[in-house]
Amino acid sequence: MNAIVENLDLFFRGFGYTVALFVISGLLSLLLGTLLAAMRVGPIAVLRLASSVYVTCVRNTPLVIVFAFFAFLAPVLGIHFKWLDVQVGDLNFTSFYGAAVVSLSLYTSAFVCEAMRSGVNAVPLGQAEAARAIGLPFGGVMREVVLPQAFRAALPPLASVQIALIKNTSVAAVFGVAEATQSMRDLLRDFGATERIGIFAMFALGYVVLVELVSLLSLRLERRWAVAR
Amino acid sequence: MSGSNVLFDAPGPRTARRHRLYSVLATIATVGVIAYAVWKLADAGQFAGEKWEVFSTPRYLEVLLVDGLLNTVKMAAAAIVGAVVFGVVFGIGKLSEHAWIRWPCWLVVEFFRAVPVLLMMIFTWFALGIQNNDSSFRAVVIALMVYNGAVIAEILRAGVLAVPRGQAEAAYAIGLRKTAVMNLVLLPQAVKIMLPALISQCIVALKDTALGQYVLAPGLTAVSKQIYLEFDNRIPTMIVIAGLYIAVNLLLTALATWLQRRYVGERKQLEVSAVAAPAGTTV
Repeated sequence: MNAIVENLDLFFRGFGYTVALFVISGLLSLLLGTLLAAMRVGPIAVLRLASSVYVTCVRNTPLVIVFAFFAFLAPVLGIHFKWLDVQVGDLNFTSFYGAAVVSLSLYTSAFVCEAMRSGVNAVPLGQAEAARAIGLPFGGVMREVVLPQAFRAALPPLASVQIALIKNTSVAAVFGVAEATQSMRDLLRDFGATERIGIFAMFALGYVVLVELVSLLSLRLERRWAVAR
Repeated sequence: MSGSNVLFDAPGPRTARRHRLYSVLATIATVGVIAYAVWKLADAGQFAGEKWEVFSTPRYLEVLLVDGLLNTVKMAAAAIVGAVVFGVVFGIGKLSEHAWIRWPCWLVVEFFRAVPVLLMMIFTWFALGIQNNDSSFRAVVIALMVYNGAVIAEILRAGVLAVPRGQAEAAYAIGLRKTAVMNLVLLPQAVKIMLPALISQCIVALKDTALGQYVLAPGLTAVSKQIYLEFDNRIPTMIVIAGLYIAVNLLLTALATWLQRRYVGERKQLEVSAVAAPAGTTV
């Protein structure tokens, strides 16, 4: 336990990065995933195809490789995050952080798209038919009628996707972000065998707390938004 | 709501024209982005023959497929076999009617489901001794085993609960005991419902083997490192490795779909939420 007590600042800084990664890429992935889902059920065949190819490829690629694309291939294309250098308190957001956020958002958005699509499929047929009958175009049908209901139906799978995202932020450790998993690795390296269980238990507990928070939030929202059908 | 044409009317002449315009714009944008990427890569010399030659050399292909893909699949397979055992033990434990069995099983499953695989992998690696040659392979297998085992425990529980209630009631009515009801009636039917979800979990395990590169494990990512260090072709190697992963995963997806059609029929594939429900609640 000494190892953690002595390094509390490292512990909290690590989880600070983890939470920052989760919140920003969580929001971005929700936006992008919804857009992808709309493209995928929309009337434009080209967009349907593009979205489905994107989702299939990204879903079947390991996250590490998505990260590697942004670390090594994106700079060749002129996409780099060198402009990013923000200091918030103890946390320093640099180009590594930018690449990690983009990788996590793009990867997670594919799963968000699938969750939203299953939500759209759960909306009763009559809803969209009624929306069309009063003359709404595709955008109106989606925005005013289908998506608000789809979002409710998609809440449980969306929560699963976001929980997976919390755990996936750990991959950023491989690509130079000093988040919680990286902090644990540093501590494990510095301390002996007797301290290892304690260090692991504390970091694991940190992740468990984050996961349970999102889980509780989703259960509460689910209950509040439940509709009688 | 199936079939996307429910969401919009059949386009009239004006809308059709508008859609054609959108299609053209979308095509131009997509092709533009791809063309830009290809042009930039070609400009950086990434499509030069010598960078790709290695992937058509039989000796290196053998290294890639045998040392790389085979090792990766071996790690994933070992993990999945262990995970099924783990999942059966804890999944049935979570269904137990004795609280002193149910609660510890719930705790174990929730813990391993919430901890990132990479965190588990690094800890196991250090615990086994990072100097050991074997330890990184075993760390990957153990980490994947406990994580996927926890998920499979949930899948199993959901599968058993998805068997119509009348089946268990009828089994009890003809005088079977608890164990017999589970072994003879519920599990055989549950396995059928679970199979597609299990295959999907295999895909997850296979993808997560790539995390092994952080603990210096063998497999595709390790071989790719050898290759790009030797030939200075990091980007082509990455594209080939991603392609291999996608190919194997698509095969597994096709298998899952086939199993779903063959054994489960029209029902939706079993989905397990990562949201933790308290023990004792039935879905």
